[in-house]
Amino acid sequence: MSIINKTFSKFLGIFPVIILFISVLTNSKYNFAYDENYLNFNISYIIIFYWSLKKPEYFGYGFIFLAGMLNDVIQNNPLGVSSIDYLSICVLTGFVRTRIVLQNLFYDWVFFLISILIVGSINYIILVYIFNTPIIYNSLFLGLFATFLIYPILAKILSWIDNILQVSIYDKKNQ
Amino acid sequence: MGRDDFVISARSVFLKKGNRQKFSLLSLIIISIVIISLEYFQSGPINQIRMITKDIIIKSSYIVSTPFKSISKTYYSLTDHFNMYDEYEKLKTAETKNKNLILENNFFKKENQRLKKLIDEKNLFNEEFFVTKVLLDQKSPYLRSLLINKGFKHGIKLGAAVRSDSYFIGKVIDSNYLTSRVLLISDLNSKIPIIIEPGSVSAILSGTGNNELGEIEYLPEKNNIEEGGIVYTSGSDGVISSGIPIGKIILDDNQFKVDYFTDFTQIDFVKVYYKK
Repeated sequence: MSIINKTFSKFLGIFPVIILFISVLTNSKYNFAYDENYLNFNISYIIIFYWSLKKPEYFGYGFIFLAGMLNDVIQNNPLGVSSIDYLSICVLTGFVRTRIVLQNLFYDWVFFLISILIVGSINYIILVYIFNTPIIYNSLFLGLFATFLIYPILAKILSWIDNILQVSIYDKKNQ
Repeated sequence: MGRDDFVISARSVFLKKGNRQKFSLLSLIIISIVIISLEYFQSGPINQIRMITKDIIIKSSYIVSTPFKSISKTYYSLTDHFNMYDEYEKLKTAETKNKNLILENNFFKKENQRLKKLIDEKNLFNEEFFVTKVLLDQKSPYLRSLLINKGFKHGIKLGAAVRSDSYFIGKVIDSNYLTSRVLLISDLNSKIPIIIEPGSVSAILSGTGNNELGEIEYLPEKNNIEEGGIVYTSGSDGVISSGIPIGKIILDDNQFKVDYFTDFTQIDFVKVYYKK
């Protein structure tokens, strides 16, 4: 296998991680004002939820932890808060993987809502009760709701990316 | 689900290392909790590591966000193009007014200097500043801040006033070795002592975090402020110079609010002021 093919295969292997890191680094771009409140789409929640549920082998928990640290620095949150959030999603998806046999988009969507509500509560408790950071409750709730609403669309896009990755990896192996 | 099943699932989730997993979930959660605890107690060595980490992350995220920034810049330049004629018409009328105002301003400046000399008042603050580039702008419900490419290595200190053109936009709240964070006046946590002219009414300008208008707090019960009044920094906190323009008063839902002079979404360079 030539160097280009090897590099390309490696790139495909870390592509989901790249998507996760880009979503974290550009997190503040996905928000818009609505009726004096901000709708803040948390794309990274969707990416972590989707891939840790469907393809946990795509990225290690170490990368998720690191993504959380990045998010904290960019958002000026106390270090470790987003890591806990992201790892909590992994815990919840881990339970779903071990307990639920039937999986479809609707079940995933409902479970995503439960997960982000739990994660949002953890986030709120740590920031408000431990660090006394003022949080606009409406904006937090609206943001989670907006993230919940766009889940099916992003899940479809991620599944499409997943298919492309699978085909590319299969092609490379058979070359 | 039986109790044993639950224990087995929990063990599998927290302790099992799957394919490509170098760490178990439990170990990473414990590390996160330790980091949060260190953050809570703000210990010395951690602050150093935190500063270096922040510098690295901020610089790298600037590189990553460059394509996104160029997209928004293109959008704004296109909008500017479409609005060019209207803007031109407005500017033509404004120019005539400005000419008169400049003459008036020069007169008042000279008069002010002469009166200051008479009462022997010294200038407490000088006009020295660094021009710095904005690396990233953070716009979320909880945080409205800018990350700039100068840190304490360059002499940036906490609390320093930051201006865009001649307007006050915020102050430095966090200074790393090579980068700093500027808390914008529109942030939820921002409280700035202000003075409203005409009338010299003192109050506190508070950011709301969720819209472009600032709220005025601690207004005296009897005040004579009117729509169109100009809001300046009062300098009563002893950190920020007085008389820096911030915005103008507008009436919104029967409440006086501050419409900022600066459009925070389009700031590329800022001036960080410092005391000699």
